[in-house]
Amino acid sequence: MTDKLKLDRALIAQCREDANTIALEVQSMIDRHTTVSVERSALRLMGVDGVDDFEVPLPNLMVEEVRKDGDLSLGISAYLAGALEASGLQLPEFCEAYLAGQAGLLGHPLPDRERTARVLAPYLSVSFERIARNRRYREEQLARSNHREPQVYVIVATGNIYEDVRQARSAVSAGADIIAVIRSTGQSLLDYVPYGATTEGFGGTMATQENFRIMRQALDEVGAACGRYIQLVNYASGLCMPEIAAIGALERLDMMLNDSMYGIIFRDINMQRTFVDQYFSRSLNALAGIIINTGEDNYLTTADAVEAAHTVLASQFINERFALLAGMPEKQMGLGHAFEINPEMEDSFLLEIAQAQMAREIFPEAPLKYMPPTKHSTGNIFQTQAVDTLFNAATSMTGQSIHLLAMMTEAIHTPFLSDRHLAIKNARMVHSALRHFADEISFKEGGLIQTRAQTVLRQAAALLRNIAASSLFDALEQGVFADVKRRRDSGKGLDGVLEKHPGYCNPAMDHIREALQ
Amino acid sequence: MSIRPYGDTLNDGKVQLSFTLPMDAGAHGIACAKELARQMGLPNPEVAHCEQMGEGFSFYVVYGMVPFSVNPEQVEVHQVETQAMTMAQVEAFIRERLGREIVFVGASTGTDAHTVGIDAIMNMKGYAGHYGLERYEGVRAYNLGSQVPNAVLIRKALEVNADVLLVSQTVTQKDIHLKNLEELVELLEAEGLRGRFLLLCGGARITHELAKELGYDAGFGPGSYASDVASFAVQELAARQDAKTRTQGN
Repeated sequence: MTDKLKLDRALIAQCREDANTIALEVQSMIDRHTTVSVERSALRLMGVDGVDDFEVPLPNLMVEEVRKDGDLSLGISAYLAGALEASGLQLPEFCEAYLAGQAGLLGHPLPDRERTARVLAPYLSVSFERIARNRRYREEQLARSNHREPQVYVIVATGNIYEDVRQARSAVSAGADIIAVIRSTGQSLLDYVPYGATTEGFGGTMATQENFRIMRQALDEVGAACGRYIQLVNYASGLCMPEIAAIGALERLDMMLNDSMYGIIFRDINMQRTFVDQYFSRSLNALAGIIINTGEDNYLTTADAVEAAHTVLASQFINERFALLAGMPEKQMGLGHAFEINPEMEDSFLLEIAQAQMAREIFPEAPLKYMPPTKHSTGNIFQTQAVDTLFNAATSMTGQSIHLLAMMTEAIHTPFLSDRHLAIKNARMVHSALRHFADEISFKEGGLIQTRAQTVLRQAAALLRNIAASSLFDALEQGVFADVKRRRDSGKGLDGVLEKHPGYCNPAMDHIREALQ
Repeated sequence: MSIRPYGDTLNDGKVQLSFTLPMDAGAHGIACAKELARQMGLPNPEVAHCEQMGEGFSFYVVYGMVPFSVNPEQVEVHQVETQAMTMAQVEAFIRERLGREIVFVGASTGTDAHTVGIDAIMNMKGYAGHYGLERYEGVRAYNLGSQVPNAVLIRKALEVNADVLLVSQTVTQKDIHLKNLEELVELLEAEGLRGRFLLLCGGARITHELAKELGYDAGFGPGSYASDVASFAVQELAARQDAKTRTQGN
């Protein structure tokens, strides 16, 4: 590990230990529970797909049937296996019959765990082989396309997947490495995944399996034309976090926004629901080789970036631990942070460098995701472009991995095509001009930058110690992160959390866990 | 006296603009960009920069001279007409003129997931050194956060007996913010509650003029702080209180 900041190694180790204590307490709750979304994901991984005449997805119909009149705490899998055995149908025919109202999941003998696994194994193996193939293909492509860090990450958000494709192709031609399709505002609170290609959305485009496929195909084409593998990003977050992870793994997405606490804090999703869902989705992302992006940058849009800097670091430690518990290696942990200190403040750039370099040194293997200035951006696009240039420089100077592009019109609208183009050019120029700058610099012993980083680490360590002494549930109730308070038994999606029956079984999850061992 | 944009000499009329055309860069693109600028009323436009942008797009920076002028004395402006006060002045005003606690209920409504606007105005910390309403003495502030349905906002306002409703809208794609804002007014009117609350809105694309058009009492655009919102609210509440006293006096 580079050691420009002279951080206290023992203190870092203590942070990791406390994060472990914190996460293990939550993990014991996670292990005892399932959610409607986890069950729907299991169905999706068996190949259950489609919608009824009212656009209700088949996985929702099945899970609701069992939740209403059966015992979902046993898991959906046993019900499906029992119904398949009783009907003598293969799964695709069964799904057709189900949508036609000619088949149901209830009223059949429930097979035991082993038998359930055996009945469903052929369907699961189709999906898991596809996911493994996707992973191999991505790894080969990435090895072949000599992409350099920082990787330039841009967002498209037209609401229309076909328009998104046009904009994404244009961004890739200009030099983008990573394309994120922002979701339509409000999708995080839908308790189902919409179906098919979509052309209407606000502030973004619906995440659907078909939209994923369309964009994947377009990026493969344009990537091949310019000799780079272009990575595709979406959001495994919100009430359908595990299901989005499932369809993303199937359609070869490469990154997923996936935070262990974001939904709790910023979307008022129930904390038990989120913790259980993040475990399933991270396990699947780990298996699929998908890099997760955590959302610590968001803390700084509500809380002050100088005062709350240590909460970002504390949260990174917690996100790291939850990811490790889910079986994810460090190289897939795109821990998040942001350049959000008021640029008018004296030495603000030095504080930014301290924070970014600190994250780099503490998480040396993680593909850190660095988020651009937004909070202090104004309608003065020329000033914003100047601040964005400082952000680009900070990325190069501290060796960040995933560089989300800053837009000069951040404060005004979803970016024009030209805004994105100019942003890519600016970032490319700065990153090239400063290519080896990080190797050339060290920081003054006991200077502003070292001292700031050491202080933030000490504050984060104290915070983690406090949380470990009580619990993460308490910390969230007290509003430790982003100044937002959430109650354990409130928030959206709590009614979709179930305590597992002793006879619970989930062969999809069992497969993922075994493969990750 | 009439004025024109100022480049480097008084009334030289110089303006700069930039835009994208869905065609490749080149002589043809430059000619099209110039023609567009002429149609915008710039007689002799200069294309200072043209470059290819991805597949089938090109980007232009154009300079021109505006042949029109404007007389500031003849241009009307719609803005919040109450006097701007500091936080301390607002607090004193509440104490002396209103003599009671003022209740604000705010939210980012509809599907809008952004809390940045409403937080800047309401949260303790405020924004850019301007404290938020939560910190004001004599103010009780409820920030409901984002993605709040209009009906929930109204219910909360009734529950806490609010004086002022604050609505923030950040997402403006396809004018979704206008639909959300209109719906709130319609709901309040349908329930006979429009007169009960001061109704204020804010956001990146909100102006006072637009807010008035939509049926709000005031609108606050970029660069507005909690003190601007509070100044308007307390003075307007005082004016309404005075009007009521007068009516009752008659």
